Amino acid sequence: MPAKKSHAMLLGSFLLFGSSALMAAPSASMLANTCAGCHGTNGISVGPASPTIAGKSAEYLKEVMEGYKSGDRHATIMNRIAKGYTDEEIALMADYYAALPFESAAEKQTFDSAKIEAGSKLYKKNCSKCHDENGTLAEDDSGILGGQWLPYLQFTMVDYRSGRSEMTKKMKKKVEKLNDEEIESVLQFFASQK
Amino acid sequence: MKKLNRRDFIKIAGTTAAVSTLGIPSIGSAASKKVVIVGGGTGGATCAKYIRMADDSVEVTLIEPNKHYYTCYLSNEVLGGARKIDSIKFGYDGLKKHGVKVVHDMVTGIDAGARTVTTKGGDSFKYDRCVVAPGISFRDNIAGYDDAAMQKMPHAWKAGDQTMLLRKQLEAMADGGTVVIAAPPNPFRCPPGPYERACQIANYLKNNKPKSKVMIVDAKEAFSKQKLFMQAFDRYYKDNLEWVSSFDTDGGITDVTGGVVKTGEGTTLKADVFNIIPAQQAGAIALTAGLADDSGWCPVVHKTFESTIHKGIHVIGDAAIQKPLPKSGYAANSEAKVTAAAIVELVNGREPGTPSWVNTCYSIVAPDDGISVAMVYNFVDGKVAKVAGSGGLTSLESTPDDRAREVQYAYSWFDNIVHDAFGA
Repeated sequence: MPAKKSHAMLLGSFLLFGSSALMAAPSASMLANTCAGCHGTNGISVGPASPTIAGKSAEYLKEVMEGYKSGDRHATIMNRIAKGYTDEEIALMADYYAALPFESAAEKQTFDSAKIEAGSKLYKKNCSKCHDENGTLAEDDSGILGGQWLPYLQFTMVDYRSGRSEMTKKMKKKVEKLNDEEIESVLQFFASQK
Repeated sequence: MKKLNRRDFIKIAGTTAAVSTLGIPSIGSAASKKVVIVGGGTGGATCAKYIRMADDSVEVTLIEPNKHYYTCYLSNEVLGGARKIDSIKFGYDGLKKHGVKVVHDMVTGIDAGARTVTTKGGDSFKYDRCVVAPGISFRDNIAGYDDAAMQKMPHAWKAGDQTMLLRKQLEAMADGGTVVIAAPPNPFRCPPGPYERACQIANYLKNNKPKSKVMIVDAKEAFSKQKLFMQAFDRYYKDNLEWVSSFDTDGGITDVTGGVVKTGEGTTLKADVFNIIPAQQAGAIALTAGLADDSGWCPVVHKTFESTIHKGIHVIGDAAIQKPLPKSGYAANSEAKVTAAAIVELVNGREPGTPSWVNTCYSIVAPDDGISVAMVYNFVDGKVAKVAGSGGLTSLESTPDDRAREVQYAYSWFDNIVHDAFGA
C-alpha cells in the first residue's frame, strides 16, 4: 500500500509540472460564470427550460453533474458539457452555486389552481418525506423543486418515467403509482412555491 | 512533498508575477481604475456588467453609437416570421443600474500611447484599460457590393434595419419566386447562421409561398454542423431548399455590379430576393486603431484577451482571433467574463487567474427541431484549447422529443444570455 501511494503521488506531481506547468486551476467564479449563458446570472435562470442552479446543495449539484458525465442522467447537451470538467472543478462550481441564494420563479409562471390543490395533497402523501418544506429546501441529495421552472420539471420527470434518467428506488416506487395528470399536478404544486 | 506540488508552486508563480507586473507601467494603481469599453454588443455589454459585479470601485464607461442593440442570434427567426424584431431588441438601462456609464457616440480613434479614446462627438476618454468589442465589418470580396447595393440586396448580418429590410422583401415576394443566400468564406460571425437562415426562410416559404425556393450559393465547400443541416434539408425542405458548393460555382457569388449577380465562373444568377453575406473582418474601429493583423482580425493573448499589438487594449468577441473558440454570441459572452476578471485583477495590481470558457450554439432548423454544438475550453500552453472528450454536436439519431426540447433550450438560452449581458 505505501509503495502504491507514493507512486500515485509522483505521478500527480509529474502531471502538475508537466501539462499545466505553472498554471493554477481556474477559480470557482471563473468556472461557474461560464454556466450563466444558459442558467442565468448568478445561477438564477430567467428561461423556462433551464433550471435555476443557485442555492441547490453542493452534494446534489455534484451528483447531477456526475450523472450527466456517466450517462445515468439523460440530457441533450449537459452530457457534452459535463465531460469538460474534472471532479475537482465540478466540486468548485457546486460549492460556488450552493452558496448563492435561490430565487423562486413562481411569479413568472402561470398555473392551474385546481392542479396546485390536487398536487398539494399528492405531495403530502408521496413526496414530502424526502422533498421537505414543499420542496424548497436544499437537502443533501434532493434538488430544490419548489419555485423551479415548470418546463424544466416536466422534462426531468419525462426522463425519469421513461427510464432514461435513473431514479432512486424510493422515488421510483412513488412515481410509478401516479398517472400523467397526477404527476402534472405535483409538478405545478412544486413550481408554484414562492 | 505533497503540499509543495500545488500551493508552493502557486506561491512561486505568484511572486514572479508580482515582480514582473511591478515592472510594467501599464498596471493601474488603486487610485485610478478607469475602463472604457468600445461597443455595446454581447461581448462589450457582458464585460461592462461583470467588471462592475466583481469590483464596483472600477469606473466603467461603455461607448456605443446606437440606443438599442439587436442580437444577431435568433434574428433568423425574425426572417422566418416566427419572432418579432422587438423580441431581439435590447437597451442599456440594465447596465446603467450596475453603475456603467453609457455614452451614445461613435468612437473614431484609440490612442494606445496616451490611453485615450476619442469620439465623433468630440469627446475624449482616458482609460487604464480599454476593451474593444466592435463585432465585424465587411470585406470587398464581392465586386459592386457597396452601400447602395446593401439596400437592395441586404446582408442582414448585423441585425436591425437590415433584418427588417430582408424580411419585407421576403413578404413582398410573389409565390413561385427564388431567394438566393450568398454564404461567406471562413472565418465569419456565426458559422451555422447562413444554414439556419436558409431553414427558417424555407419553412416560411413552405407554409406561405409553396411554389417558391431558396438556394444557398456558398463560397465554401463545407460548413458548420453540415451533416445535421443536410439531414434537416432532406427532412423538411427537400422540394424548396438547395445548397450549392463553392466547387460548382468557382467561389460562390463574386460580383453584383449594377444589380447583375454573377458567380466565380461567370454565370448570371436570377432571383427575386438576394441575401448577400460578404466576407468579414474585425469591426471598423479595430482596423482604424491598428489592432488587426494582415488577416483582418485582432491577435490577442488568450489568457486576458489583451492585444498583442497594443498593450492596455483588450479585444473580445467576433473581432478577436480566438480560435478554437468560434465567433459566436456565447463565446463573446464567455470571453467577456474572462476579460472582465483579468481587468479587475490588473487594475488592482494583481496577476490575472487561469481562464476557462464555454461555447453553446443552437440552430433552429424547423419549428420543433433544434440542433446544437457545445464545447468546454481550457488554457493550455498559453492558448485556448478544447477539453478533450467534452462537447460536440447533437446526435444525428437524436429523437424528435429531444430535438423539440433543444428548441426550448435555445429559447431559454436566449432569455438567459441577453439578461446576462444587458439585464439589471
